[in-house]
Amino acid sequence: MSDIKDATTADTAPTPDDALRMADAAEKKGPVLAADGRPLKQSLNRALRLQKLRALALVAPLLIFVLVTFIAPIADMLFRSVENEIVSETLPKTTAALEDWDAEGDTIPDEAVFEALYDDMFFAQEAKLHSRLGSRLNYEQTGVSSLFRKTGRSVEDMGEVFQDQFEDLDDFWKTGENWTSFMASDEWLADIQAWDADSGDRQPRFELRDGIDDILPATAESYTRFANYVRTEDEDNVYTEDPWAVIYSSFYDDLTRADAAAIAAYSGPAAEQIKSAATAATGFETIDYSEAFLDIDEDWHSIDVWRTIKIYSPKFTNGYFLNAIDMQKSIDGPELRPENERIYGILFWRTMVMSITITLSCILLGYPVAWILANLPARNANLLLILVLLPFWTSLLVRTSAWKVMLQQQGVINDTLVWLGLVATDDRLVLINNQTGTIIAMTHILLPFMILPMYSVMQTIQPTYLRAAKSLGATNWTAFWRVYFPQSIPGIGAGSILVFILAIGYYITPEIVGGTSGTFISNRIAYHISSSLNWGLGAALGAILLAAVLLLYYAYDKIVGIDNVKLG
Amino acid sequence: MKLTNTLLASTALTFAAGMASAEAHMADEMTIVSWGGAYSNSQQKAYSEPYAEKTGVNIINDESSAEAVAKLRAMNEAGNISWDVVDVTAADSFRLCDEGLAMEIDFDEQLKAGDDGSTPTDDFGDTLINDCFIPQIVFSTTFGYRTDLVGDTPPTSVCDIFDTEAYPGKRSLEKRPIGNMEWALLCDGVAKDEIYDVLETEEGQEQALAKLDTIKDSVVWWSAGADTPQLLADGEVVMGSTYNGRLFSVIEEQDQDVAMLWDGQMFDLDGWIIPAGLSDERKARALDYVKFATDTQRLADQAAYISYGPARASSAPLVGQHAELGIEMAPHMPTDPANATNVFVFNYEFWADYRDDIDAKFQAWLVQ
Amino acid sequence: MADGTNNDAFVEFDRVQKSYDGENLVVKDLNLSMPKGEFLTMLGPSGSGKTTCLMMLAGFETATHGDIRLGGKSINNIPPHKRGIGMVFQNYALFPHMTVAENLSFPLEVRKMGKSTREEKINRALGMVQMNDFAGRRPAQLSGGQQQRIALARALVFEPELVLMDEPLGALDKQLRETLQFEITNLAHDLGITVVYVTHDQTEALTMSDRVAVFEDGRIQQLAPPDELYEAPQNSFVAQFIGENNTLEGVVQEIKNDTALVKLDSGEVIAAKPVNVTKAGERTRVSIRPERVEYNKERMQEGAYTLKAEVLEFIYMGDIFRTRLKVAGKDDFIIKTRNAPDQVRLKPGTQIEIGWLPEDCRALDA
Repeated sequence: MSDIKDATTADTAPTPDDALRMADAAEKKGPVLAADGRPLKQSLNRALRLQKLRALALVAPLLIFVLVTFIAPIADMLFRSVENEIVSETLPKTTAALEDWDAEGDTIPDEAVFEALYDDMFFAQEAKLHSRLGSRLNYEQTGVSSLFRKTGRSVEDMGEVFQDQFEDLDDFWKTGENWTSFMASDEWLADIQAWDADSGDRQPRFELRDGIDDILPATAESYTRFANYVRTEDEDNVYTEDPWAVIYSSFYDDLTRADAAAIAAYSGPAAEQIKSAATAATGFETIDYSEAFLDIDEDWHSIDVWRTIKIYSPKFTNGYFLNAIDMQKSIDGPELRPENERIYGILFWRTMVMSITITLSCILLGYPVAWILANLPARNANLLLILVLLPFWTSLLVRTSAWKVMLQQQGVINDTLVWLGLVATDDRLVLINNQTGTIIAMTHILLPFMILPMYSVMQTIQPTYLRAAKSLGATNWTAFWRVYFPQSIPGIGAGSILVFILAIGYYITPEIVGGTSGTFISNRIAYHISSSLNWGLGAALGAILLAAVLLLYYAYDKIVGIDNVKLG
Repeated sequence: MKLTNTLLASTALTFAAGMASAEAHMADEMTIVSWGGAYSNSQQKAYSEPYAEKTGVNIINDESSAEAVAKLRAMNEAGNISWDVVDVTAADSFRLCDEGLAMEIDFDEQLKAGDDGSTPTDDFGDTLINDCFIPQIVFSTTFGYRTDLVGDTPPTSVCDIFDTEAYPGKRSLEKRPIGNMEWALLCDGVAKDEIYDVLETEEGQEQALAKLDTIKDSVVWWSAGADTPQLLADGEVVMGSTYNGRLFSVIEEQDQDVAMLWDGQMFDLDGWIIPAGLSDERKARALDYVKFATDTQRLADQAAYISYGPARASSAPLVGQHAELGIEMAPHMPTDPANATNVFVFNYEFWADYRDDIDAKFQAWLVQ
Repeated sequence: MADGTNNDAFVEFDRVQKSYDGENLVVKDLNLSMPKGEFLTMLGPSGSGKTTCLMMLAGFETATHGDIRLGGKSINNIPPHKRGIGMVFQNYALFPHMTVAENLSFPLEVRKMGKSTREEKINRALGMVQMNDFAGRRPAQLSGGQQQRIALARALVFEPELVLMDEPLGALDKQLRETLQFEITNLAHDLGITVVYVTHDQTEALTMSDRVAVFEDGRIQQLAPPDELYEAPQNSFVAQFIGENNTLEGVVQEIKNDTALVKLDSGEVIAAKPVNVTKAGERTRVSIRPERVEYNKERMQEGAYTLKAEVLEFIYMGDIFRTRLKVAGKDDFIIKTRNAPDQVRLKPGTQIEIGWLPEDCRALDA
């Protein structure tokens, strides 16, 4: 029984779990049986399970609500802060081909990579994904945005040299029906011909002919991508759709690189045309992809662009997090950003320091108010409480704008000071668009969150404690400081946690009255969410902020003890 | 159990009914997103009200243009696009077009020809900057100043903002690099047509920031278009940048002691995009609205409510008087030749590339 | 004692009045004088002004008029923490954030005593209430009785000459209350301290006190040792308030030889000791303690006035029997008899005759 407390001697009230533990303990001495002969523990467990299920059913709506509206967005944010699939999804062949490229060397990737890039870019621009990837990579390497946009416009023409030559060779290569006749399986051909586009049925999924991918692997791959795209995105009939230029370039590659014997052995549909094309292709005019890309933009021969693509190839990246702590990924690993680009460290530090300052000023201003509230007769206290809550009934923007009118240099406070002769008219105080402005406005806005928990805790402190202290010889101050104040700490703790956590994430007020020196990290998060659209970076900054809050909460728990927080 | 089933069934039924009625609503409703304030008002007067009268469509106005890109991206991810036509700046249209969030437009096919018979492509001319953006107005970001605070020699050049000796006091600038970097370089002796070449380089960016550094202590940074007019009206700043339409309203409508500086202003565009991924029916209606709203007469009509220039060349001769003040609007247009003697044309391509990079440096400079 | 001054007095209230709202007096012209070492209880129903008096003495309320003196010096203008009066509160008022030892240390620390002195005094004080083992506990870990002992120790630890106790045992169960009553009285006598004790429990007042001041309506109705208070109440309020009491109402017929003849409203005449009746014709309320009523003729005094009574109810209470009678038209007349072998158990319906010694029957104010 050493580790088991009897419910009657335990500090805490008995709980059903105690009963369970008691039953456990009893079992050690030999099973205790319930009236029906089952082991008592089993019966008890069953009874408790029903209770627990019922309790769970009661909280289920809230639990689901919290999960959906709270946990899910946070999980999504955490996921976004490391997610980087866009690169490998948009440029699958290129990133695969880049795996062998030595990024630390000083040569740009070879022709094979550029050929893969051509394939990827061709499909990407058809799907309008290339410019999205460009914006993504532009966060890391300036200029990639226009590079991708420009390339997207030109890449369509790049492979036409093969298309033209094949089409010149034989009209057979011009139409989609001819291509599908040997690329597609017979079943698919039967299905697609039976399919009625107007019927509302889905177009049958494209199937490759058996064995064609052994003879023409690149063509098979390109054609499948093409067919899937045409079917799902364009919603055109794959059967009749004329192939894109990229298919001709793949076809050319297959014909020139494939084992001649395999093509000679091919006996399926269009065997004759393929064989003659294979013979003719050896004499075709070809293109140098590397040069072709260089023609579009010389940045394609910039090693930095390729390094960026390679660094950001993996599906997950710590790049956003590094960025969020003023670092960047480089080919040699993470490194600190140049000094003129470091900003987040300063902002995180400032957010912490200012939030603490705001919390402290809320304590200083709120404590006396809460004390008066707690000690006034109920009727007057209610009136005062309404005054405390009054700010909640006006919009945040209105309150903040009112502070602007109050604090600006031609504002009410400065005018009054000048009128009183305390301040010279050409030396008016700067109270806004700096940290002072943020601290004043935010202290005002967050004050009720400090006063309310303080008030409810102070209400529970009986006046007899102060009397007792005085009767024991304490002066008013000693009685307050040694007896009243320690008992009000849970209220201060609760208020401080509330105010601090709210302050750390505030952005509207700092944005309006903070100028440049009084803005918070959340202003940058808002900027990245709504303006630069760098959601990954915004998410990483948010995740760090969340971690900082949890860390502080943990530290608070260790130092003060979270049991010492009371909201009432 | 029976009760639960009944409850579930009735919930499903209500939900379905709600969906059905939402569908029914869709047919004669469209959501148009713009910036709010006097600008939205001018659009409603010149475009939406006549359009609603003509077609009977019920137009819902949304004032979310400032977050248009972010919201459209979120809607796109959620697969539920609730906007039909969105008013965005040219720079935002680039992002939307790049991200595939805006629909591509065939200008000659889908817009009206000019009243003078020119094709839309010719009529819009240089204002067609990408495949998605249907230009609407030309506006300028320019400077206004307090006539009573600048002494006997009012500023005449944009570079006077850097002259704190001659014009002491605070000035307000937008809290972003775009515009400020160009002005800084221009006033640091860089030739106008070389500015973007210089700004591409690290040294050029440092040069611009160094120039801005000389007035950093006297700057109030704004982020909302209404800030500078308010700061000027309150006498908080001596001069400040904002959109020319806002200054027009402070000067002509509110009659404040403020004057406008038509020098080195940033020429910029605002226009419509149609979100990608609308149903055929909604897409057709959105196109119909845009076609109506960007014809020669409608663009000229808008100028009666706000001092922004119509994006079509053919509209310029039709610009008349202010709807309430009765003053001629042509001289207040950023497109008026007298005003456009020394203008900057905003380089969208440049900023699409350098925005992230320069913004990081600019914000770091602000914070340090 | 008329003007409240007394050379031996340690605590004095001199014509003290108190009003909270400026319209009603809560304490009316209070005069009280206590010698050093006395255990005085202020007893009264709630709202009678006893707690206000205590608070004025402690310094938490100020007297509207009059003088309160401690050791001969007026303390009206001395703040509570300088009065050096120990106080025990009804809800103990132990500081919840301090351990028992810290609670006890508090009054010593504010008196700037050294650590060793403090420890010694704390140990002694805890020893007085047999709580040495609990020095490290927090108040919330103690039972009510334990907390009250600590509160007592804390009030005594700085060795005040005067200790005030405001219903200190009110929240405890009966058995614990009796133990603590005994302990507090012993402790007070052993230490020779002066105690002002406020309670509304008359048993507590009678068992603990040297003198009891019965409060009602802002005045002291009677200030006397417990036995005198019980046996010789000065007015009908005190008689009613202290102990159980039978009252009969009537008019004084005549007073002679320190005996008043009272004609009851029902017509019978009885003899009583005149207490605050002075002449014939006055209305009076006659008070007889239930245990002083006799119904066994053999034990009654010769010539005693008797009344006819009908037994209504017999209640067996273990040590005593309690019998309700109908007497002189009233059906709430109670008599108490000891449970002895020879005692008769009266059956309801029995007609008996009751009587008492004239000195046990007090003619009081109407």
